[in-house]
Amino acid sequence: MTVYAILFYILAGLILITTGLAITRRNMVHTVIYLVFSFFGSAMLFYLLGAPLLAALEVIIYAGAIMILFLFIIIMMREESPETRLFVPRQWLPAAAIGLLYLALGVLLILSADPTTGEPMKLAQATPAAFGEYLFNAHWLTIEIASLLLLVALIGALHLGREGKGGDARKTEETS
Amino acid sequence: MLTYAAGLLMLTVKLALVLGVLLFVAAYLVWVERKFLARLQVRYGPNRAGIFGLLQPIADSLKMLTKEDTVPEDADRIVFLLAPAVVALTALLMFAVVPFGGTVTVWGREIPMVISDINVGLLYIFALSSLGVYGIALGGWASNSKFALLGGIRGAAQLISYELALGLSLVPVVMLAGSFSLVDIVGAQAVKGPFIYYQPLAFIIFAIAAAAESMRIPFDLPEAENELGAGFHMEYSGMRFGLFFIGEYVHVQVLGALIAVFFLGGWHGPFLPGPVWLLIKILLVSLFMIWMRGTLPRLRYDQLMAIGWKVLIPLALVNIVVTGAFVLI
Repeated sequence: MTVYAILFYILAGLILITTGLAITRRNMVHTVIYLVFSFFGSAMLFYLLGAPLLAALEVIIYAGAIMILFLFIIIMMREESPETRLFVPRQWLPAAAIGLLYLALGVLLILSADPTTGEPMKLAQATPAAFGEYLFNAHWLTIEIASLLLLVALIGALHLGREGKGGDARKTEETS
Repeated sequence: MLTYAAGLLMLTVKLALVLGVLLFVAAYLVWVERKFLARLQVRYGPNRAGIFGLLQPIADSLKMLTKEDTVPEDADRIVFLLAPAVVALTALLMFAVVPFGGTVTVWGREIPMVISDINVGLLYIFALSSLGVYGIALGGWASNSKFALLGGIRGAAQLISYELALGLSLVPVVMLAGSFSLVDIVGAQAVKGPFIYYQPLAFIIFAIAAAAESMRIPFDLPEAENELGAGFHMEYSGMRFGLFFIGEYVHVQVLGALIAVFFLGGWHGPFLPGPVWLLIKILLVSLFMIWMRGTLPRLRYDQLMAIGWKVLIPLALVNIVVTGAFVLI
C-alpha cells in the first residue's frame, strides 16, 4: 500500500464519518458544520487525485458560499433540535428502498468490475489551464445547459421576489 | 535525506519569521490605528505606557492573556470556544501564498521568498476568505445572545454581498498575468508594469470589496457597536476576544499584501529589498483603511447589498468583457 492509498482511505473514512454525523444530528447548525468538514474531505480527495483547481472550487463554492447561505437561513429560522421525528414512515420507506437499490447496484458494480480496476490509479496533475481547456472543449454543451438552468432559476427567483400586481410581496411581509 | 532536512529547516525558519512579523505588525497596527484615529478626532490617543504609548500593545496583550475566559450559560460550548480560532487561523493561513521577495541563495541553495507557491494560489485565498466568515457567524450563533446572533447573521449576509464582486474583480488580473499563482502575477507585473495602470476599475472594485471583507467601518455591520453592542464577539472575553482582534488586524495586513500583489507590483521597487517594499505597501494600504474608518459613516444593511449586487458586480462583469476583448486582440 502506497502513502497515497493510505491517505485515500483516511480521507474516505473522514468523509463517510462526517457525512454520517451530518445526517444524524438534531441540531441543524451542527449538521452544517459536519457537512463543511465533509466538503473539506472531498476537496482534499480532489487534490490527492491531482486536481487542485477542483479542490479549490469545492471549498469556495460548496464549503464557502452555499453552506454559508444554509447557515444564514438556519440561524434566521431558529428551528433548533425539533422534538418530533423529522420524517414520517411514509416518506422514510421509499427513501430507504431507493437507498438500498443504490447500495445493491454499487456492490454489483464492484463485484462485476474487471481486474484492472483494482490497480491504483495513475497520479496525474491537471493545471488550471489544461482543466479549463478540456472542460470547455469537450463538454461545452453540458456547461451551456447547466448555465441555462441557472438562468431559468434566477428569473424564477426574480419573479417570485417581485412585488405582484396588488403588491403581493409587501402584503405577505406585513402580515407575517 | 540531507537536502530534505535542510528544506524542512528552511521552511520552519520561513514560517517562524512570517508568523512573528505578522503578529508583531498586527499588535502595532492596533497602536497605529488608535494613534492615527485619535489625531483625526483631535485627541492624543494612548500616551501613558512608554513614550508615545509605544508599550500599549504589550500592556494590552498581557491584560487579555490574564483575563478570565468566560463562557456564557446555555452557549454551545465547543463551537463557542473554537470560533475565534477559525477567524485568526484563516487570516494567518492566507499569507502562505503571498510572495515577499525574489529568491535568496543561502549556502548554495536557492530559496524562494514565499512559503508555498501553489498553482491555484488566488483561489486558495478566496477559499480561506469565505471560510473566515464561519468564525463570525458561528461565534455569534453559539453565544446564545440576541445581539451576537444578529451580528453573526449580518456577517453571513455581508459575505454574500461582497464575495462575488471580490472574485470577479480579479478575473482581469488573472487574464493579464495568465496564471492563478501569486508569484507569476508579481512576475508579470515586473515585465508589464503594475496592473493598477491597466486595471484601475478592477483596483477600485477590489479595494471596496476587500474593505467589506475586513469588516471594519464603513462595513462593520456584524460589529456595529452603537446598534448591536459589539455584535458577534459581544460575549467573548480574554484571549478569545483577543483572537478575534488578531484575526481582524492580520486580515488588514493580508488585504494590504493582496492589493500590493495584484495591483501595485508586489515586492518590486527601486533601491530597497523586496520584503521592505512589500511591508511599505502593506502599511500604506492599512493607513488608508484607518483613514477611511475615521472618515466614513457605517453603511446600512440594504445599502451594502445594493452596492455589492447592483454596482460592483455589473461593473466587474463589464470589466471582464472589455479586458477579454483587449487580451484577444
